[in-house]
Amino acid sequence: MKPAPFAYTKARSVEHAVELAGRDGEARILAGGQSLIATLNMRLSRPTLLVDINGLDGLDGLALKDGAVEIGALVRHAQAGRSDIIAKNAPLIAKAIPHIGHPAIRNRGTIGGSIAFADPAAELPACLVALGGEVVIAGGRGERTVKADDFFTGLFETELGSDDVLKAIRVPAANAATRIGFAELARRHGDYALVGLAAAARAEGDGLADIRLAYFGVGATPVRARKAEAELARGALDDAVAALADDLDPPDDVQETGAVKRHLAGVLLRRVAKQLMEGRQ
Amino acid sequence: MPHSRNIALTVNGERYEREVEVRLMLADFLRHHLGLTGTHLGCEHGVCGACTILLDGRSARSCLLLAVQCDGHDVMTVEGIAPSADALHPLQEAFRDHHGLQCGFCTPGMLTTLIEFLRENPDPTEEEVRIAISGNLCRCTGYQGIVAAALDAAKRMQAAPA
Amino acid sequence: MSATGIGASVRRKEDQRFITGKGHYTDDISRPGQAHAYFVRSPHAHATVRGIDTAAASAKPGVLAILTGAQLAADKIGNLICGWMIHSKDGSPMNMAPHPALAAGKVNHAGDAVAVVIAETLAQARDASEAVKVDYQVLPAVVDPAKAQAKGAPQIHEGAPNNTIYQWEIGDSAAAEAVFKSAKHVATVDLINNRLVPNALEPRAALAEYDDGADSLTLWNTSQNPHVARLVISAFVGMAPEHKLRVIAPDVGGGFGSKIFIYPEEVVCLWAARKVGRPVKWTADRSEAFLTDCHGRDHVTHAELALDDNGRITGMRVKTIANLGAYMSTFSSAVPTYLYATLLSGQYEIPMIHCAVDAVYTNTVPVDAYRGAGRPEATFVVERLIEVAARQLGLDPAELRRRNFVKTFPYQTVVASLYDAGDYNASMKKAMDIHDVKGFGKRRRVSARSGKLRGLGYSTYIEACGVAPSAVVGSLGAGVGLWESAEVRVNPAGTVEVLTGCHAHGQGHETTFAQLVSERLGIPIEQVSVVHGDTDKVQFGMGTYGSRSGAVGMSAIAKALDKVEAKAKKIAAHLLEAAEADIVFQDGKFTVAGTDKSLAFGEVALGAYVAHKFPTGEIEPGLKEGAFYDPTNFTFPAGCHICEIEIDQDTGRTEIVAWTAVDDFGVVINPMIVEGQVHGGIAQGVGQALLEGAVYDADGQLVSGSFMDYAMPHAENFPSIKVDTTVTKCPSNPLGIKGCGEAGAIAAPAAVINAITDAVGHENVTMPATAQVVWAAVRKAKAVRAAA
Repeated sequence: MKPAPFAYTKARSVEHAVELAGRDGEARILAGGQSLIATLNMRLSRPTLLVDINGLDGLDGLALKDGAVEIGALVRHAQAGRSDIIAKNAPLIAKAIPHIGHPAIRNRGTIGGSIAFADPAAELPACLVALGGEVVIAGGRGERTVKADDFFTGLFETELGSDDVLKAIRVPAANAATRIGFAELARRHGDYALVGLAAAARAEGDGLADIRLAYFGVGATPVRARKAEAELARGALDDAVAALADDLDPPDDVQETGAVKRHLAGVLLRRVAKQLMEGRQ
Repeated sequence: MPHSRNIALTVNGERYEREVEVRLMLADFLRHHLGLTGTHLGCEHGVCGACTILLDGRSARSCLLLAVQCDGHDVMTVEGIAPSADALHPLQEAFRDHHGLQCGFCTPGMLTTLIEFLRENPDPTEEEVRIAISGNLCRCTGYQGIVAAALDAAKRMQAAPA
Repeated sequence: MSATGIGASVRRKEDQRFITGKGHYTDDISRPGQAHAYFVRSPHAHATVRGIDTAAASAKPGVLAILTGAQLAADKIGNLICGWMIHSKDGSPMNMAPHPALAAGKVNHAGDAVAVVIAETLAQARDASEAVKVDYQVLPAVVDPAKAQAKGAPQIHEGAPNNTIYQWEIGDSAAAEAVFKSAKHVATVDLINNRLVPNALEPRAALAEYDDGADSLTLWNTSQNPHVARLVISAFVGMAPEHKLRVIAPDVGGGFGSKIFIYPEEVVCLWAARKVGRPVKWTADRSEAFLTDCHGRDHVTHAELALDDNGRITGMRVKTIANLGAYMSTFSSAVPTYLYATLLSGQYEIPMIHCAVDAVYTNTVPVDAYRGAGRPEATFVVERLIEVAARQLGLDPAELRRRNFVKTFPYQTVVASLYDAGDYNASMKKAMDIHDVKGFGKRRRVSARSGKLRGLGYSTYIEACGVAPSAVVGSLGAGVGLWESAEVRVNPAGTVEVLTGCHAHGQGHETTFAQLVSERLGIPIEQVSVVHGDTDKVQFGMGTYGSRSGAVGMSAIAKALDKVEAKAKKIAAHLLEAAEADIVFQDGKFTVAGTDKSLAFGEVALGAYVAHKFPTGEIEPGLKEGAFYDPTNFTFPAGCHICEIEIDQDTGRTEIVAWTAVDDFGVVINPMIVEGQVHGGIAQGVGQALLEGAVYDADGQLVSGSFMDYAMPHAENFPSIKVDTTVTKCPSNPLGIKGCGEAGAIAAPAAVINAITDAVGHENVTMPATAQVVWAAVRKAKAVRAAA
């Protein structure tokens, strides 16, 4: 398993990375490389140029800004996992991180890379959607932000164009009313999920409002279960589980049939709803 | 060499400067350019963990790292674990005492993974150890000897901190 | 017991180099001027190769040669062979199809090699391989063994009509029929023994070098049996005569059977090294390993057990279709026959057994021995049948086993095995006590309170190890004898080298074999080194598999040690000026009985080489003895494994919560190493039961072809396993050893599935029992209960 030849450039700045990526249509941005390099080794992807953004200033920051947590693209999973800022202000992400791969993978893998790679069975894209976060993108035409709900467009496809560099993600900072829930079923610890659910809500009286349920492993992208969200907001858990039949249409894969995945989605909804009701994690 | 670069890095405390093809993985660089064949390749897609090394003190898959990415960095491999030529690290001793290895192929990755883990978790539970090595496949031991070795190494290291 | 002798948990001598990164595995070795091989492999499961265009690829940077099957044939390189002849029940010999190392006009599985690129670097070889243009005419494929013999199924090999390799049977089908006609109770199972990928963590590798001055070849490879590799590559493939071919298997990173066999790649590397005039190295990448390492298991079986009203077994009938893949690998034919059906009596007295086995070709990777080889499949049949029967009869499964255990030894089964020693009830009782089976009901109720299903499953397995008496295997079709060799070289200063025909790839022979020598010669273990894996150093030997190295390999060493001791006594008598009959050898000292006159072993060794003080016309100088040991019978390790599981009813997820293994391995040399073998075997058996399965799609593509897709157990998939032993000495070898390498893998699958079916209350749980399978079984059981 040796990659096909490619050129390699260490970007000097985000602008430089954008310029390099724009110049070569088959360029790929190299961040943590934990998915990309595996596909290179297997020759499943053959970029002509790797633009290494590791070490760029300003991409590995973690900060609370204007009521949002901004996580730089190069923040490693392990770094986020150790961060007090994340633990306090983005507890959903803190809860999801131990499920991502294994220690050595989390030491290298980056938050930006997970979002940009957009594996449909990955944890972080679903967390971003559940939190109603946004993605900060630097591109040839300047900087822009894209809402999480709009960012994931298809299987391994996102709003990122060939000359775009993901700079950061932003998620609303948690407050006293924030409720989150996370659960996934995987064959073994650290595997990609067979089915997973990331959820966020706001406590309101005895109930929940602004519920966002983002499933992963059930479609081409993270999937919002909007009917179930509405039922859950009414406090109708059984109806919410039943509504998943409309919300989700998981395809069969080697491990599970779509029908079983839908059943498991219901199991996860019950577990996650309990977490949401139990209070802030 | 097409697409090659000069790199300089430290491996097990020794500085190396080499010209490498940019597509060369760190694992192949260590094994075939530096002759440090203790780092093993079992899958080259980041799953088996046999190639795990410490990059600037943190565990990383050397099959998922380009050698050029390690320019200016510090790498530690299994060959660099023992404190001296005639002494072993407590973790190495525990592996021998608890039969934590059979064929030896996964061992370098187990050791490097556990060195980082025990540094951050000096008094782990059995379950924590099992999760910590869940990214390292061993086909021989059923993991029981490895888990026992890690737990015992933690005790030894607490009794006599390095 | 000395601190380093038999029965001591001596720390392994080999560990020092492995924990410091100083091992020498094949890919660690490089030769000056070495070139690299990369194979062009068929992406199709079944296709005719209409042409291979290498022109563009040959022009790529670094390419030294591109070789194809046509050149291989032109150079008269012979085919790979299966070395065990099985005859069908009609007397006809098995249909062994040609297996060239590079395809000759047709490919028969995805991954079949069609050409090889030799280049300066591996990356260049791989780059160029992509420019090799192969013109395939794709043919329909068959992958399911149950469909291979159907009318209209794609035909894979000429000379194997209906893809049938053989139709073999053991026992009397008419007599079995009669037993079942009059049976009071019949338990039935339909089982699929799932196809597994061995996945030793070290990928296979080969490095070949040609010395044109000496006209000789050297092959470093990842082999469990280098001498057999040399024999086959010389005598059948015709690469070079044996004395011109040296095979070295250095440190090997796990084998589990998959590295016994002779594979195309090592043949091609040898051939290419001579053609190109450069050393040639090939190391499988993991994708290639999935597509070329022999797979294991893959049986489809229908089996029935007849019982009387007292729960005594009266007969067994088994019909199995065994998938051998696209070609017959080295030992493949023996696995579903003599390594399988001969164990179908289990630990039980069964008066009548009939087993029919059809072996078939399919468009899949060849299937051969994998840890346990045939015996896990047999145990799964027997132990599932007995569990189902117990539930059907409303009997405690332990009680049903107890009623039917073989109790007097030797016991001749009706399927040719002669069980020499054992105490099956002792193992089961001990296991039940350690496991606290009595407390299970309470634990089950506790689980139920949190909505979990809890189950307990037994597996009282037996295996035939210590392969094997040469005349017996010869009469069964083996092309070789399965004795083992040893040479004990005592050096003048009293250190000892033991040269063994066995090979270690994780088993710790450097330690256990040295323990035997340390004990017998009374010398420190540090003074003993074990040499193996090099045909130039070591006399011919048969290698390591089938838990044979202790029972057969160490017996050969013991025999050689007898000779060393006998000669040393003669020499000591001269040195001590005493009669030979008066010399006593104990604790490393030769003493004249009744006196304080003695010499240490080292002094006698030196005396043997100095040769001043004994008549060299009567006694040759030197102290070096060899032995070949041929066992008188197989050995029969047996035991009882108890698995306890908990199932999440909502998801079907199964967790193993406790495991107890009590095995009878006969005499144990190193308990620490034996425990490790049990742990590792169980892990592989649990992998088969819960996680692992090679999945092919209908076109013959291996869907589970990476470590992402093929799930092997992690550390967190196990509780701490309790291991203990009972001991009945094996009477068939001088050391009383039975063997321990495969027991866990043999016992575990049935224990897990018996536990799951116990918890669920539904028998149809296929392996791997993934969450989906178990969840479906839970639902089915609920539906059945609701309907009742």
